[in-house]
Formats: sequence, C-alpha cells, structure tokens
Amino acid sequence: MMGISTGTLLLVALLAVHAVMAGELVVKAGESIQDAVSAAKSGDTILIEPGTYKETVYIDKNNISLRGVVVSGNWPTLEGEKIRNDAVLYSGSGITIENLKIVNYKGNGIMGQAGNNFVIRNNWIIDAGVYGIFPEFGKNGLIEHNVLSGIEDAAIYVGMCDNVDVLHNEVFDSVAGIEIENTRHSIVDGNYVHDNTGGILAFITPGLPIKTNYDVIIRNNFVVNNNHENFAIPGSIVSYVAKGTGITIMAADDVVVENNIITNNEYIGIGIAGLEFIAGVRSDPESEPNPDRVKILNNLMWGNGENALPEVKAAVQAMMPGERYVDIADISKGTGSCILEKDRYVSVGLDRYSTCKMTSTADTLTYTLPEPVEIREIAADEKGKAAYYGICAGCHAYSVKMIGPPTMAIQAMYQGRPEALAAYIAAPSKVREDYPEMPPQNYISEDVRLAVAQFMLQVEK
Amino acid sequence: MIRRAVCLVVLCALAAFCLQAAEPVSGQRFTLSTHCPPGFELARGSCFLRSLYQLYDSLRGAGVGGLKTGLAEVRDGFTPQQIDLGRYLFFDPLLSGDGSLSCASCHHPDLGFSDGRGRSIGVTGDPVDRSAPSLWNVAFLKRLFWDGRAHSLEEQVTGPLYAPDEMGNTERRLLTDLNANETYRRLFEEAFGQNVITANAVYTALTAFEASLISLNSRYDRYAHGYHEALSADEIAGLNVFRSFVARCAECHTPPLFTNQEMAVIGTPEPEGLPFDKGEGALTGDPTQRGAFRVPTLRNVANTAPYMHSGRFADLRDAVKFYTQGRGHAVAEGERLSLHWHIWEPDLSERELDLLVSFLHTLTDETFRPPMPDAVPSGLEPVGVVPSGAR
Repeated sequence: MMGISTGTLLLVALLAVHAVMAGELVVKAGESIQDAVSAAKSGDTILIEPGTYKETVYIDKNNISLRGVVVSGNWPTLEGEKIRNDAVLYSGSGITIENLKIVNYKGNGIMGQAGNNFVIRNNWIIDAGVYGIFPEFGKNGLIEHNVLSGIEDAAIYVGMCDNVDVLHNEVFDSVAGIEIENTRHSIVDGNYVHDNTGGILAFITPGLPIKTNYDVIIRNNFVVNNNHENFAIPGSIVSYVAKGTGITIMAADDVVVENNIITNNEYIGIGIAGLEFIAGVRSDPESEPNPDRVKILNNLMWGNGENALPEVKAAVQAMMPGERYVDIADISKGTGSCILEKDRYVSVGLDRYSTCKMTSTADTLTYTLPEPVEIREIAADEKGKAAYYGICAGCHAYSVKMIGPPTMAIQAMYQGRPEALAAYIAAPSKVREDYPEMPPQNYISEDVRLAVAQFMLQVEK
Repeated sequence: MIRRAVCLVVLCALAAFCLQAAEPVSGQRFTLSTHCPPGFELARGSCFLRSLYQLYDSLRGAGVGGLKTGLAEVRDGFTPQQIDLGRYLFFDPLLSGDGSLSCASCHHPDLGFSDGRGRSIGVTGDPVDRSAPSLWNVAFLKRLFWDGRAHSLEEQVTGPLYAPDEMGNTERRLLTDLNANETYRRLFEEAFGQNVITANAVYTALTAFEASLISLNSRYDRYAHGYHEALSADEIAGLNVFRSFVARCAECHTPPLFTNQEMAVIGTPEPEGLPFDKGEGALTGDPTQRGAFRVPTLRNVANTAPYMHSGRFADLRDAVKFYTQGRGHAVAEGERLSLHWHIWEPDLSERELDLLVSFLHTLTDETFRPPMPDAVPSGLEPVGVVPSGAR
C-alpha cells in the first residue's frame, strides 16, 4: 500500500518535472536576457524579441537555448558599446545560441568554457572584439551559418576542443577567418572565407595545457582574397600571420585539404610550417613541432603567392624563372604527407610528398558525435560518498569529536531517517551546547543532500 | 600540559642535545593516526581523495575547463600513518641543518602554507631568491618550484632540505639525526615497515602530508556546483571579468584548480634593487624561456600575500593591476622576453579591478586545514622559527 502510493507520487513528480523542462521564456525589448537565464531551468528555451540588449549574458546551467526572434528584418541585438567585455559566456553543456546580432564588444562575441554539445548558428557578429565565436574545452559542437566580420583575432576560433564541425559560415574583414587550434576531430566545410589577413588556420599553439591538433578536414570552402592588413593585437599569435595567407597548417597532424577554391591570397595559398616558424613565443618542449601526414587532395588554386616569403619566391624562381605565383609551400620538417596531382600547382618544398592513396573524405560526414556527450549519470552512492568525504568530513570524523559531533552520534540519532537528516543538512539548528552551530549546506542540490544523508547513515569507519 | 611544556623548554635549551635526543621522556605519546585526513576515504588501508569535482569529466582528462570540470590527476593512495608521519616531519625543525627551521617556517598553515614574505628566509638568516609557494592542492601539480624544475613532490622536497641557503641540511645528516631518534624509528617502522629510516621514506612521508592539503570547498565551488546564491552580484561580476576575454585570467588560471599548470613569461618586475630573475630560462638557457615561471594556483590566494615569484606586489589589488598596465610595461630596457600572448592591454576599469579582487576572495577555503602538532619527536619546538603573522 505504502509502496504503491510512493510510486504513484514519484510518477506524478516525474511528469511534473518533464512538463517544466520544455518551457519557453520570452524576453522583450527593455528586459534583461540574463534575468531570463537566471530563471530558466534545464531544457528551457529563451526567446529574445527584437530590441537592443546592453548586457553580458552568462549561462552556468545545462541545456539552455538562447534563440533570437527576427521580425521583418529586425534582429535582437546585443550591443557592447565597446565598454562591455563579452556578449555571451557559457560554461554549461547543451547550450544553443542562435539568431542573435552581436556588435561592439571588447572581448568575445560568444565564448564557451568547457560546455559540451553546443550549437552556435545563424548569428551575425560584427566588430565583437578579440574572437567572434570561441568555444574552449568543449566536446561535440556545431558552428554553422554565422556571418562574422571585423574581428581583431579569429572570427571563429575552435580552441582545445574535440569533435566540432564548422559549416557554411561567412567570415571576412578579420585577422584570422577560422582557426582550429589544439583540437581533435574537426571539419571546416563549405565556408566563405574572404578578405581576412589569413583565411583558415589549423595549428598548435605551444604552452597550452592540451597539446595536440589532429584529424582536421578542410573542404569545400572558398578561401579568396585574404589580403587584409594585419590589425591584430601586438604579441597575439595571429599577429604573426602574414597578410595574404589562404590556409595555414602549423604543427597540426592529419590535416586534409580537399575541394577548396583557394585564389588570390597574395602570400601563399596553402602554407605548411613547423613551430619554429613562429618567433616570440616561449618554446614548449611538450608540443610536437612538425605538421605530419598532411593530405592535399583536389583543390582549385590560382593567383596565390605573389608576395610570398622571399625564400619561397627564390625557390620558385630557381625552378621556374619568371613565375609570378606560388600556391603551396611546405617549409616544415613534417613527414608522411601526400598530395594528389601535384603538378597542377606551383609548389615549393613538396618533393618528399607522396601521391595520396585516399581521394576523398566523403565517407566522413561529420565529426560531431552520433549521440550527445552524456552529462555523466552519477549513482546516488557515488554522489553521497563524494559529498561526505569532500565536504562533511571537514567537521565530522567517524568516531572522534572534530568541529562537529562524530558521524557515529549522528547515525544513532537519525538511523532509518535519511530524509530528516537531509532536511537538517539544508537548514541546521543549534542542537548541542558543546558544538558550534552547523552552517547550512543548502548549496548542495537536494538529490545530493539526500544521497549524502544516506551515505552518512551507513558509513562504517 | 604545563609540565610538558616546561619539560620541552628544558630539553631544548641545548639544541645539540635535542638533535641527538633518544626517545624523549614522553615518547610513547607520539602515535600515528589510523584515520585519513578530511577529504579522503580509507579504502584498502590507504587514503583516496573524494570530491564533488570527481563527478565531472574534463576534456582529455586535462583537469582544465569551466565550472563543472573534473580535476587533474591527483597524488593520493598514501596510508593514514604515512600522512601523519609526514605531518610530524613537516613541523619538525630537526629537518634543517641547524635545527632552527621546519618546512612550516616557510609554509605555515596560518599563512596559506606560505610565509607572508616576498622572499623566504633560510638558515643563514638571509632572504633566498624567491617566495615560498602555497602548498594547498599541490597534490595535483605536475611541476613544482617557480621555475618548474621538479616533476614530483618527492623530487621537490629535496630542494629546500639541502639548499645551503634554505634548510641547509645534508641527506647524510638528516638520516643520521632521524635514525638516532627512537621515536622516529618507531614511527617509520609503523608507517613503512622498515627499521632503518631511508631518504625515500622521508620524502614519501612529506609528500603524503603535502598531498593531503586539499582546498576545494570555497564559496566559488558552491557556485560552480550549481548554488548560484553562494556569490554576491559583485562577486559574480568579478567572475565574469575573470573569465572574460578582456581580462583573460581564466586562460592560464583555469578552473577548477585555477592553474593550467603551464609555464608563462609575463614580465613582472622584481622588488626594488633586485636583479632580473631568469626563471626557467636560467635552467634551460633557452632565450624564449627567460623569465618564465609556473602559473600558480589562485586557490587561497587571498591568504598568501605578497604576490609573484619574489613578492613585488603587496596585495591582490596591485597584483591584478599589473595585468592592465600594458604588455611589457615593467620589462627593463634591453631585456628581450617572449611575453605570453595573453599579456596585453585589457584596459580594465578601476571598478573591474575591484570586482576581480572580490572574486579572488571567494576562492578561500581552509576547512581541511590539518592540526599542528603540540610537540614533535625531536623534542624541538614545533615549527621552529615562526614567520611573523602566524599565530
């Protein structure tokens, strides 16, 4: 009888939770997006109506969508006025950010710190500071159909991530168009990358805590006229990018360049270098410096390299006197690289390249994951144990008096009543004369409070 | 109590006697704990760290990321006895050449396991070259010392023990003194099952104790775990400045440990009158590593002033202000440094600097502070020279 009614209650509770999870919150002009984020629960979508929003939005929750509502060409606009740092910061997983116009920030347009399963699409980002879109430490993400310009470092910067697709974006008038840095399994496909200092870059920055960059597919992109003056901040990594660079591969491994149109980039169409190429950065013995196993498949290239590196230029002249252009230069010590139909291009430093055995990456549709990265399901006893030793043990030892009474004494008092103990943990009151009053532990979520109460009542030493 | 204190004073009137002391009158009172320190679970006889952060993952297990990000690999698995023996050793001035300094003389629990000085003072009475880093959360670090030259805590402890200007001891003398002490022989036997005290056992015990100094329960952590009321509006604003790409603090002082464990050249000035410290570059000779130092954790940073490798900045406000004064502003003319790319000109407002400082105060947590022993097996006064500011 008891069991049935508890079960029914649980079911009702679960349904209620489910109903709440699909919520939508509407933000109108004059209201605050952040207020809606603060009120939102996991699973909610925040609809942002047209208007100008002068704020930094931070999302420290999971499964939240920010969705702009564009009406008759009027976009909801996050306006930084060159006084605010970042438009959107998120640390949660399952974050979607779409249909926003972001202008005039000092730091980043959209920055993620460790959120997995992110989707950033259909945003219009202009002069938003250092990076337009910058997910960092995230796994499984999609960046598509964004338009970015006027960014003083990289318009789209995938830094220290795994499994990210960057598809169908337009990036222009920025220092770097699309950067894939210290990241594994990424695809840059179908983007229009023009009029930047450098178009697409896959590279390793030394001195970062995640050291590798491999399995990058750069395909079906237009990489044209990337001849913008370099206006990067002095000392930044991209301040070393030469004006007129189409695609740069520095120290990254297993990069495939396929079916791109790469034209009129005046320094080089595709440049391949090792870490020795950048000066002014502390050398990091833990970063492997060579770009290995680069694969250059069929690409359409012309009109590149008119102002190439003098050594490259000289090498071209030695081989082909009078040649104005150079499409590809490899000045690295990388090994295992290959190319298809090398003779189609003017190239330097590719003597050691073999003919690629593969001809297409068509079998690889995406590097995003078939299923989202799970927000780890934690068993109750594991949660309870972590909270007991990680927090409670600061004041409670098993059998001796510390700051609070021994766990044994608490067990005697609450045996069989974990719910009561969980309630006390959230809102303690003074019980014992000879002990200080316990501070409330209401910052621990309800399920963890119950789990820790259960654990505490059965721990044996 | 009083009787014991008097007894110790009498015994220690002659330091030489103390160094050679046999089992003191009350030797039997030294027993080793059979419980793990707070934060650790006793499993199969050893202590293993437990923290809510272990419920989270981190990209490639690197222990860097955002709020709900897992920790870097930890050194744990020491026995309760090894940890407790390490605690006695840590506070025992017998470990220094002249019996005046213990580890705690420069890493004092009252001072965030540092010493409140810009540069620590060794047995010679003169300041050494650099400041004493905090020991909170060293269990997670893959390189130690400001110049990153040690790759394990065991390797690290030999530095201060045997540096002539720090603790000024020698391995031979340390082992002679310890083996001459019946209490220590008994305790090492209990912790390591060896009737002769070896150098490795000493290093392991010190490592075991240092690796037990865990600080992961600050108000910031409550926020990170999802209780957003734990921080005030200003502190959250400070967090947002901290992780913004304008200030960029979190790019190197990355959560959850508030260090990415890398080496960085940031170009801080030395205190007035001191020569330029080449840091990692002095070890390697690599010109790009001149002035590179290990990125320190910011946990409990509010308790470890002054700041930077030689204590140039007296308080947190001065320390954060350094980052907004311009790339290389304090680098001497003619000095060529490969400054880190995140050192730029963020142009932070005075208000933002204040917000950053208020956020840094939310990283304080010393709930797992270990008890200081009332007495140590040598019979010397625990700690030895006490840094000013310690209670």
